[in-house]
Amino acid sequence: MRRGSMKGRTLLLVLLLLPLAGLFVYVMTNSGPLAPVPVTVAEVESRSISPALYGIGVVESRAVHRIGATSPGRLLWLDAQVGEMVAAGQVLGELDPVDLNDRIEGQRAAVRRLESLVAAADSRVAETKARKEYAEAQAARYENLLKKKAVSVEAADAKRQERRTTAAAWSSARADAEAARAEQARAGSELKGLLARKEDLKLVSPVQGLLAAREAEPGSTVVAGQSVFQVVETEGLRISVRFDQSMASGLRAGLPAEIVLRSRADEVFAGNILRVEPIADAITEELVAKAVFEQTPGTLPPLGELAEVTVRLPALPEGPVVPDAALRRFDGRLGVWMMENGSISFRPVVAGRRDLNGMVRILEGLEPGERVVVYSVKALTPRSRVKVVERLGGDV
Amino acid sequence: MISLAGRDILHGWGKFVLTSVGLGLLIGVTLTMGGVYRGMVDDAKVLLDNSGADLWVVQRETLGPYAESSSIYDDVRRSVFGMPGVERAANVTYLTTQVRRGGEDTRVMVAGVEPGEPGAPGQPGYLTAGRHLARSHYEAVADEASGFRLGDTIRIRRNSYTVVGLTRRMVSSGGDPMVFIPLKDAQEAQFLKDNDAILQQRRRTAANPSLNRPGVPGMLDGVIASQGVNPYVNAVLVRLLPGADPEKTAEHMRRWMRLEVYTRAQMEEILLGKLIATSSKQIAMLLVILAVVSAAIVAFIIYTLTLGKIREIAVLKLIGTKNRTIIGMIMQQAIALGVLGFMIGKVSATFWAPKFPKYVLLEVRDAATGFAAVIIMCVIASLLAIRVAVKVDPAEAIG
Repeated sequence: MRRGSMKGRTLLLVLLLLPLAGLFVYVMTNSGPLAPVPVTVAEVESRSISPALYGIGVVESRAVHRIGATSPGRLLWLDAQVGEMVAAGQVLGELDPVDLNDRIEGQRAAVRRLESLVAAADSRVAETKARKEYAEAQAARYENLLKKKAVSVEAADAKRQERRTTAAAWSSARADAEAARAEQARAGSELKGLLARKEDLKLVSPVQGLLAAREAEPGSTVVAGQSVFQVVETEGLRISVRFDQSMASGLRAGLPAEIVLRSRADEVFAGNILRVEPIADAITEELVAKAVFEQTPGTLPPLGELAEVTVRLPALPEGPVVPDAALRRFDGRLGVWMMENGSISFRPVVAGRRDLNGMVRILEGLEPGERVVVYSVKALTPRSRVKVVERLGGDV
Repeated sequence: MISLAGRDILHGWGKFVLTSVGLGLLIGVTLTMGGVYRGMVDDAKVLLDNSGADLWVVQRETLGPYAESSSIYDDVRRSVFGMPGVERAANVTYLTTQVRRGGEDTRVMVAGVEPGEPGAPGQPGYLTAGRHLARSHYEAVADEASGFRLGDTIRIRRNSYTVVGLTRRMVSSGGDPMVFIPLKDAQEAQFLKDNDAILQQRRRTAANPSLNRPGVPGMLDGVIASQGVNPYVNAVLVRLLPGADPEKTAEHMRRWMRLEVYTRAQMEEILLGKLIATSSKQIAMLLVILAVVSAAIVAFIIYTLTLGKIREIAVLKLIGTKNRTIIGMIMQQAIALGVLGFMIGKVSATFWAPKFPKYVLLEVRDAATGFAAVIIMCVIASLLAIRVAVKVDPAEAIG
């Protein structure tokens, strides 16, 4: 009886201890440095990838016309609101002319006065001309009479002198008339100048476009060169995109692009690269390109809105391709961990272009069909024991 | 031969098992505490390992970028490239912040790295899912400990990022999980405030008469534009050419670029000796106390177990059992208790360690040390008990 109960107890204790011992062995071999590293493995595929470039930019207009004053002044009135479409030549506002109108009136009076002066001078020319002609006729008659000795030499000399005097008077009158005309022309030009200045006080849109900004209000004083209105041409809407220089190889004009506006993240607009700017940004190490919409969106995006632009490059020819997570750096070299017969070995490779889905074209070092380690829960070394799993935790 | 110790254990097996479970849990706690300490040190080391750098170029007279804040111009990298012995140099920024995902937020260290070739300094060295950063904006690779999943949209300051890759054991020296985002976004995240702050700043600038002069149109715009840029990074990570001497290259940079440069050894010294020095000492102190307390408790348990059997021992003596046999019984029992306790402790520590919010590193070497310590402790404790047992008067059995 007693032995039996002893046996039962032994059995019970062993039953308790065995799983514990098993658990202990499992724990010692499956945790810590002795444990195999779970990895996932993928086959090197042979396919074509389409690299793409990704940049962000802001919506711009081809040209922004800043309309403002050419001379300092006070704004008298403005007659255009932001958001309105304006026509070419439309007057949007005017600066206070201050004394300009009075000066124009004064100049007009001066012009009128000079017109009278010109008329008077012309009359004098006519008058002196008549005198001169009469004096010439008299002088000729007296010459004849002198030849016939019908008049005295003295009388003939007097007529000659009279002819010369009247000729001089005529010349003088003509010169006066010229001067008066010139004076009139000058005054006329000055008047025109004043009128042009008056015209210049008007703020006129040079193009048809959208009034984008109104930067001053009537009554405020503006300095020469300060803009009052900004008018943008709606036709030339484009996106100035910046691409990281290190990731922009292959960027060129004419490539198709997908444009996503920040405020309309669900909508993808088709576009293309208009040009790559010849001057890159040296500070930010970016290339700048202009992308245009294939069709201008119905509702115009506001200028300055952020946009994401993805440029699709032509597909590369087929070749070995691996996920970029397979590329590791070990011992100072870039390569992949090859999976062969349950153990791993490092093989340096030369990586080519990547697409935005993280696939890398391998230029050298891998053949399609070979198996490489993609994911691992820690850095691998040639001594690592690995355990191939379908996927690692954290995946969805 | 019948094992006296085995018979005794079987006799009071319930008591024995319960005692060893209690002892095991205590040992488990001690091992875990050791793991917490090791994990803390490992967090600091793993941060350095994962950065993949041989040298850290930081602001002069700072212990940056981990222990102190450091800020240098981002174009310093180009000068670093030109230094002899440098293979790669990469800008990096670090920012510990709360990252929002949906309604909740998680504390992470956001690292701004230059997207591009995998394995470049600063980039995560391995992934557990997804892919590396491929776009130069709005993508993130997160540590699994952050709780983020592939495809999640997370918000860091002003911008939303899509999680495209996951990695593991990429943590800051404080154990916060890391999130890698493209450098330009990180620079913005570090510098650019929220919209309210920006508006306030613009208003302040506009109210400053020296920056907003009447008669100088465009000046205010220029000043505001200049306030909105951040050409700074926290450090430049440098990878050296094979065979280059880190100290020599560092000295060259210190001398000619007038920046602080740390080698791996110096960085480790900064992190372990300065940054986590007090907190790790705190844990180490606790570990020592716990170890001493555990040892004392083990000793008392074995001692009282033996005292509980003092009558039986007296009977054994009375029927003429040799002292050697009794000593063997006590010592075997103590060691069995120790071994069982250690196994339970090790198993329980291994199972609850991953549940800790911060990393707990259970090293084999620590386990071996722990095992040796437990056995030694059991032997010493049993010696005390043996002393009592040997001295016991056989008459007590009938007295």
